[in-house]
Amino acid sequence: MADPMRIRARIEGDQCVVRVLIGHEMETGQRRDATGRLVPAWFIQRVTATTGGRVVFSASWGPAVSKNPVIQFSYAGAKVGDRIQVTWVDTRGDRRTDEAVVSA
Amino acid sequence: MRRLLARALSALQRTSARALCLVLGSVALSLVLAACVVGPPQTMPREPGDAQRVRAALSASFVARGQAGLDRLEQDLAQRLCSEAEAAGKPLSDDRVQAIERENQALIRWPAAGTPLLGDWRSGERIAQSGVGRQWSDAPDVPAGGNCYACHQLSPDEFSYGTLGPSLLRYAVLRAQMPRTELERYTYGRIYNPQAWLACSNMPRFGSHGILTQDQIRDLVALLLAPDSPINR
Amino acid sequence: MPDSRRPVWWAALGGLLALALGTASVVAQSAQETAREIERYREAVADSSPGELWEARGEDLWKMPRGPRNVSLERCDLGQGPGVVAGALARLPRWFADADRVMDLETRLLHCMVTLQGLDPAVLRRQPFGNGEQRSDFEALSAWIAAQSRGMTLAPPLDHPAERAAWRLGRELFFVRGGTHDFACTTCHAQSGRRIRLQELPNLSRPEEARRVLGTWPAYRVSQGEMRTLQWRMNDCFRQQRFPDLVFGSEVSVALVSYLLHNASGAALAAPGVRR
Repeated sequence: MADPMRIRARIEGDQCVVRVLIGHEMETGQRRDATGRLVPAWFIQRVTATTGGRVVFSASWGPAVSKNPVIQFSYAGAKVGDRIQVTWVDTRGDRRTDEAVVSA
Repeated sequence: MRRLLARALSALQRTSARALCLVLGSVALSLVLAACVVGPPQTMPREPGDAQRVRAALSASFVARGQAGLDRLEQDLAQRLCSEAEAAGKPLSDDRVQAIERENQALIRWPAAGTPLLGDWRSGERIAQSGVGRQWSDAPDVPAGGNCYACHQLSPDEFSYGTLGPSLLRYAVLRAQMPRTELERYTYGRIYNPQAWLACSNMPRFGSHGILTQDQIRDLVALLLAPDSPINR
Repeated sequence: MPDSRRPVWWAALGGLLALALGTASVVAQSAQETAREIERYREAVADSSPGELWEARGEDLWKMPRGPRNVSLERCDLGQGPGVVAGALARLPRWFADADRVMDLETRLLHCMVTLQGLDPAVLRRQPFGNGEQRSDFEALSAWIAAQSRGMTLAPPLDHPAERAAWRLGRELFFVRGGTHDFACTTCHAQSGRRIRLQELPNLSRPEEARRVLGTWPAYRVSQGEMRTLQWRMNDCFRQQRFPDLVFGSEVSVALVSYLLHNASGAALAAPGVRR
């Protein structure tokens, strides 16, 4: 079971700035373990953020993104108290969704 | 502290006596706190039992793992005398320096007569780059590296070098006045067992402690001495 | 140990810069560049360090009933009274009457897991350090507990004779040469301004250098993607010294941690930090 994401969403000027910390191994598929065997690839492929049914951020990722990645994006038209949901899906088909409330 | 006093003085001008007491109280408190955090008890003297406790603590605190057995905790003469002198903060006596250097001279094994002391500098460069070997996490049958770049500058092409040891850039060029045979033997012996020349050197005794083979050390000698090695170009 | 896990991007960046320019004088510059890039990374992750993932899990582990007795760690006495977490790290290691020995944070956590929760110490010692999906409860708990002392001043006690004895033993151990390579702690940490490869080495017997380093442990190691504790740091230094395996919570580990943390006394605590 994956760790919960840490999501912060804060109004700065006319934008809502969102920072997301994701706990994930992000295995590239190119690393070898202590016995010399390749560790199979296992990484997040898709990250999506929605608020009120509207997609405000989406990304397609490959193996180049680091372990435990941190992302930041901003969008217009948010107000305090809005809920924002972030979802990731990885190469094993595992997914996780977490939610945060927009603060001032 | 001066700022605190200034604050206390300005407080004197505009506050009641009771508030002043509080301010002075906090000045006193910060003085006490400053006294509390002066740092570690560096001056706590060594006590006679301290060194003895080390042996017992070591054998109770480690377990054998992989290729690293508990025998690695047993100190030879140099390890024992050097640790003791460094802990005491006193240089070794001349007698002990000589005892260590004599013992380590006797441990050097030279290649068979007629074998050149210079091997292949390209192989030497790979040995100098590799830090693999002798850790409990290392496969015991994989040849160890010398990890020379961890501590020394060697080839000018490698910028990622350490500074625990001296730079060896232009090693042979700078020693051109030394007779060649002597320089070759010195260089081989100095890698094989540095403590044969310098008691308590920080450099590992690569040959005597079975870290590198004679041929690997010959390759490193070539890296340091060959005219076409990047070190001397 | 997956040391080769992934090239560290700023080291690679520094490497490309130096290769492109390729002169000796550039080396010092690129070392500075590397340090600057690490600082930039630290700033970038300052308020969302991956270490927070460990902190969050650590808080859950502290409050979750576990073990044969099905109790949480909320009655664990870290030195400030049962359950008091705030400020605990600033006053460790210390002597504990109930165990009659000096303990650092992780050793005390092990003690509480055994005595309060009834967990098996042999099993706990098998997983002291995390490795990818195999996670360590000690690293998570230490991260969360350390965060509750952020901004405080490190001041471990030295009043009890056992605390003074641990410091003195740690000082002796700091000088012990051994193993195939003759290495001691002092081989790398008794001089100022030296490096291994490009990694700068703190002189840990100097208080100002010890303070700069030790106030940030436990720390998130970017090159490993793991939260690391001082017990891990001691174990991994000895591995690189070619010593046998240092037992988690052993007398030697606690004595060295005592020596180092006392040398760093007065440090502003900023743990969990972010390190290479």
